[in-house]
Amino acid sequence: MDISDIKTIEHDVIVLGAGGAGLRAAIECSMHGLSTGLVCKSLLGKAHTVMAEGGVAAALGNVDSRDNWKVHFRDTMRGGKFLNNWRMAELHAKEAPDRVRELEEWGAVFDRTKTGLINQRNFGGHRYPRLAHVGDRTGLEIIRTLQDHGIHQGIDVYMECTGLDLLKDGDRISGMVAMWRETGEFVIFKSKAVILATGGGGKAWKITSNSWEYTGDGYGMAYEAGAELMDMEFTQFHPTGMVWPPSVRGTLVTEGVRGEGGILVNSEGKRFMFDNIPDRFAPETADTEDETARWLEGDKEARRPPELLTRDVVARAIRKEVKAGRGSPHGGAFLDIASRRSAEDIQKKLPSMYHQFKVLAELDITEEPMEVGPTLHYFMGGVRVDSDSQMTCVPGLFAAGECAAGVHGANRLGGNSLSDLLVCGKLAGEGAVKYLESNKDEINLDENRAREIIRAATDILNRESGENPYLIHEDLQETMQSNVGIVRDDELLTLGISGIDKLWNKFKNVKADGASQFNPGWHQAIALRNLLITSEAVAKAARLRQESRGAHTRVDYEGERDEWLKVNVVIKKSPDGTMSVEKVERGSPDPELERIANLSIEELEEEVQREAGQP
Amino acid sequence: MSLRNFQIYRGDGTVGEMKSYQLEIEKGMVVLDVIHRIQAEQAGDLAVRWNCKAGKCGSCSVEINGKPKLSCMTRMNEYAEDETISIRPLKAFPIMRDLVADVSWNYEQNKRITPFKPDPSSKNESGDYVMMQEDIDRVQEFRKCIECYLCQNVCHVLRDHERKDAFVGPRFMIRLAGLEMHPLDMQDRIPDVKNSYGSGMCNITRCCTDVCPEHIQITDNGIIPMKERVVDRYYDPVMKLIGLIFRRK
Repeated sequence: MDISDIKTIEHDVIVLGAGGAGLRAAIECSMHGLSTGLVCKSLLGKAHTVMAEGGVAAALGNVDSRDNWKVHFRDTMRGGKFLNNWRMAELHAKEAPDRVRELEEWGAVFDRTKTGLINQRNFGGHRYPRLAHVGDRTGLEIIRTLQDHGIHQGIDVYMECTGLDLLKDGDRISGMVAMWRETGEFVIFKSKAVILATGGGGKAWKITSNSWEYTGDGYGMAYEAGAELMDMEFTQFHPTGMVWPPSVRGTLVTEGVRGEGGILVNSEGKRFMFDNIPDRFAPETADTEDETARWLEGDKEARRPPELLTRDVVARAIRKEVKAGRGSPHGGAFLDIASRRSAEDIQKKLPSMYHQFKVLAELDITEEPMEVGPTLHYFMGGVRVDSDSQMTCVPGLFAAGECAAGVHGANRLGGNSLSDLLVCGKLAGEGAVKYLESNKDEINLDENRAREIIRAATDILNRESGENPYLIHEDLQETMQSNVGIVRDDELLTLGISGIDKLWNKFKNVKADGASQFNPGWHQAIALRNLLITSEAVAKAARLRQESRGAHTRVDYEGERDEWLKVNVVIKKSPDGTMSVEKVERGSPDPELERIANLSIEELEEEVQREAGQP
Repeated sequence: MSLRNFQIYRGDGTVGEMKSYQLEIEKGMVVLDVIHRIQAEQAGDLAVRWNCKAGKCGSCSVEINGKPKLSCMTRMNEYAEDETISIRPLKAFPIMRDLVADVSWNYEQNKRITPFKPDPSSKNESGDYVMMQEDIDRVQEFRKCIECYLCQNVCHVLRDHERKDAFVGPRFMIRLAGLEMHPLDMQDRIPDVKNSYGSGMCNITRCCTDVCPEHIQITDNGIIPMKERVVDRYYDPVMKLIGLIFRRK
């Protein structure tokens, strides 16, 4: 094959992925005059961000003026069980308000308070109403705003184009090989910087809120290019996915339902979250029905209902009820908003949930409770990056959003993903700008490597016979669902790892039928490599971490262990091609940040008020 | 469980045919599930676009028994058990392959629209924009649009008369309405609404409103007010007179 037959497109920077993080990064790059190419697997505006429902967390203080970046930071660290990268959590909390205001500057229309400011709602783990939102379609508002702003910035958008692998010139990045999904033709993007914004890898599980796009492409590509993955064991199971009918099992039910007062009950009608309040959160959580009722009416003295505990806690509690035989008919728990809010309120505040249940489950949520259960939702871990520049250990390679690790530690708070996208997307853009300023010399394309990448893809079509990609994927989903789920132990994880190993062998002989044009079987087969790297990384990191922290629960190692707070699990490809899984010391936190995170909420509120000049 | 018959378009823009498939249907399935099942079991290379599978992204638009719909939100129990279900790509746009249509024309239209520009004087002393909820309700209705292009697909101007050169279509009429009615925006797009985006082409048959999965009142709340603003500007005799007087001065 002659590589000169393949079209080469040159840009200063290539952004892979056009969700919130990718779009925000691309906007930043082009604002600074970089020639920017934005490559995405789907049509523009269809990325996962569009599905985000509840809101974007930012300490604007519009609804409760006591809010401040320090409280948002403290909430984020506590939610992440202190495994978050301290500096990233700080940047995130400090910059989120400006990123939200900037969206308004670009045309976003958030719901308003009575005085005409951006309204904010309650969400799990957030001390105050903090989530700027638009009903329950906040992600749509954000992606459309970024999209409509971005298209006038001179960004070149390459839609329905799959990134295959990265190219390097020596140690540093020199571009990427990709494939047009429509024609099956290959293309080489030549660029000194690549920003990965490819989201997570939820499609490795059977029950997930993620779409086909979430195949861990960024993880696989970064890993193959020599970058490191971190915290991969922390996979968030969102407590409330649909459980019925089977075809929509896993589809997200927004935490906004609980933010608006929705309660969880078991088949005996018991509000079981009262029995599941962890000690760390007990002083800040209501312990009677009466107190939660006062909270719902807006009493600022009342503590938050236990349904709004962090996602890891709620997901485990639901699982426990189901295991104990107190689940709903289809194996979940009941989520009831109908008895808490008027039908009119529900339709106004949660329109897409109303519509989703009405159409897909033939259930009216203003009259009946929903059935919900845990669904794989989000990767806290990901590509290991520098906190300020978002650059990996590979010069010129950046990552942002769900694809990167650090902000969320062991568990992410709802609403902190949309803010992460905006804050870290911008940081990655700035990082790329700075990198290009100090790397002006020419780069060369590694044609041999490009040829290898293309051959790996075409072999799948050219094989006489082989394994069905859909079946390998199904097997992988079964393996991850049964062995690398919410509750883990050494035996299960070892079983999972050997299952993944067998699938690696099958993958070597995967075969897709048909031609190269818009061939979903072929696309699935190509995505399998990234899914397998992602799955192997999650399972191996989970087996190494012998404690239970946040979203990672080990029945054989219960509770958080101090020695494990000191390390991250870091994964990279060894020179011999095997996966290296190691503990890496985290270093000591900035003393001021550590102080803020460890203050009691009363002490911190007093400090914030004092600083604001109030008695 | 019941065995059902399907006819699915296979081919590209030039050569193609309706092919027959049979599938066992389980309770609760939507049409997109059927397509996926056929893809996995019978036709590994059947091309279809989809993402969220919950009616939020607008990717899986097709024509089911002639009606433009989101396949992820169309339940199988809407159809009689003995009914053969036909699934085709959107008709108003070129076929790429199987059920996937080339909707790139829509992205070109969006790029033509003058972007949002806020009025800095709408900020309060703390630097926050102030907008009242009642003033943004109508804009938020248009911003519910998920860009499924079902409205574009049924618009007579685009579908039957193929006048994509003359009219941006309902999707972009409500995008324009959303910008024109945005309390902070200070651009004037009315001359373009008339001359360049072709508001006069729409003859208000409301087909677009009928197919909108977000139930946006495209015609009544979006297109008609835009047409009225054009009329007020260009065809109102009183305004015309005032215009003439001022010109004489």
